[in-house]
Amino acid sequence: MAVATDTHRAIEAVWRIESPRLIAGLTRLIRDVGTAEELAQDALVAALEQWPSEGVPKNPGAWLMTTAKRRAIDQIRRNETFKRKVEEVGRDLEESTPDIGEMVASDDGIGDDLLRLVFVACHPVLSTEARAALTLRLLGGLSTDEIARAFLVPEPTMAQRIVRAKKTLAKANVPFEVPQGEELAARLSSVLEVVYLIFNEGYSATAGDDWMRPALCEDALRLGRILARLAPREPEVHGLVALMEIQASRAAARTGPRGEPILLADQNRARWDQLLIRRGLAALERAEALIDGKPGPYVLQASIAACHARARRFEDTDWERIAWLYEHLAETTSSPVVELNRAVALSMAFGPETGLALLDQLMEFPSMQNYHLLPSVRGDFLMKLGRLAEARSEFERAASLTRNERERTLLLDRAAACTEPA
Amino acid sequence: MRFMVIVKASEASEAGVLPTPEEFEEMGKFNEELVDAGVLLAADGLQSSAKGARIYFDGDKKTVVDGPFTETKELIAGYWLVEMKSLEECVERFKRCPCPAPGQQTNIEIRQVFEADDFGENFTPERREAVERMRAKVAENS
Repeated sequence: MAVATDTHRAIEAVWRIESPRLIAGLTRLIRDVGTAEELAQDALVAALEQWPSEGVPKNPGAWLMTTAKRRAIDQIRRNETFKRKVEEVGRDLEESTPDIGEMVASDDGIGDDLLRLVFVACHPVLSTEARAALTLRLLGGLSTDEIARAFLVPEPTMAQRIVRAKKTLAKANVPFEVPQGEELAARLSSVLEVVYLIFNEGYSATAGDDWMRPALCEDALRLGRILARLAPREPEVHGLVALMEIQASRAAARTGPRGEPILLADQNRARWDQLLIRRGLAALERAEALIDGKPGPYVLQASIAACHARARRFEDTDWERIAWLYEHLAETTSSPVVELNRAVALSMAFGPETGLALLDQLMEFPSMQNYHLLPSVRGDFLMKLGRLAEARSEFERAASLTRNERERTLLLDRAAACTEPA
Repeated sequence: MRFMVIVKASEASEAGVLPTPEEFEEMGKFNEELVDAGVLLAADGLQSSAKGARIYFDGDKKTVVDGPFTETKELIAGYWLVEMKSLEECVERFKRCPCPAPGQQTNIEIRQVFEADDFGENFTPERREAVERMRAKVAENS
């Protein structure tokens, strides 16, 4: 039993390391990610049958690639469409073999293949959830079971989602290529969105026995770092990596001993991971050096995160710069939540009146009507201004809007505190 | 999870012998692979113990002893800090590392680093939900 488990874990390790490159290389050959993944898995099975008796080859990756490609060629040969095409151009199968040989021989450009695979896995024909699942499967080397646990859905559901995604890609005839020109920016932002989504799925639960979700942060960071190596000239890629490194640096400080969340202002900054902060600041520097024109949303968010990371104490935070960065972020996103953050930054930098003025404008957004954080923040500003009666009713309103018991208690406590003289 | 991968000293490294250009290149290639895979956080090589010192503690008493130290095989000559899914993945990766002391017997030691997640606390659904909701909090968004 122990042997079986060890073997299983060894398979997982080899798969995790080798599968992205294998699948990417095979997709170039066979032009279908689903088939490519099956071929890669077949090769892995062959390896695990043969290696115990024949010994592990010096370069396991190359061994797997050769084995899988041999199978891919067999499959191509069997492929009816291919045969017909060959007949159409008046050549027989034997004559066309050197072409296949050439394809197999060229092992270079594996980085390009990986990048192409990223763009296929994050193609807009797929839903965001499907993109995330497929990216973790093809690029992250995660098993379906692991992805299912990560996204808190049953394994059959996730398996189905992945199968469907592969079929959708095949049906849509999605080309195996890196988009060019104007299309690149749009497609890249879809890729970055998926990576950040994966990160946030993990970031929402950073402690405890649910090991899979915090591990998702690592997966997303790994994917982001891979992407930064594959597309080193794209500032937003480095921006996203910077943002994730800096956010991840706070993981240990974000929850208390009983799992309760600790807000940024109250976090013990000694527990921030300085190694990740340094890496994040370095990635931000790389992004800034590449910017030609206006910074994009990830660079801006990373810059805001960097302001917090650089402040040794909460009181040292450069709120003026943060407010300025939020203003630019608001221009690119036009999101009321960003505006709400900007209001907080403005109040920290220039006093609660400034923040309050912006909040009043936000009240007009329909999406903000029943958003409990708006009255909660408003109550905070009013309290700071000594307008206690108004603050109290805002806190009470926020308490009535939140669906979280813990938060409601906190807000009612704040409301109660407003009755006492300041 | 995070691992520190430790390279042991060799007679050559203790003697301050630098790697040959070929060895440098081979190790460089291996390191590049770690970076490409997004798993390398940090790495450094250490100079010979002749340039170091040890501080011995005996209760409150401290004694400083300058290098070099004798038990070469127990000394550290360098380290990687990497992020891996499992010990198995780390082992699999570093089996591909070029021999750090070419032509000699040596070993690479893999040790897991303590992290916040190692608390093993009870993390109830209520707490998770609280974290998720609080994530949307203004301060956390920044």
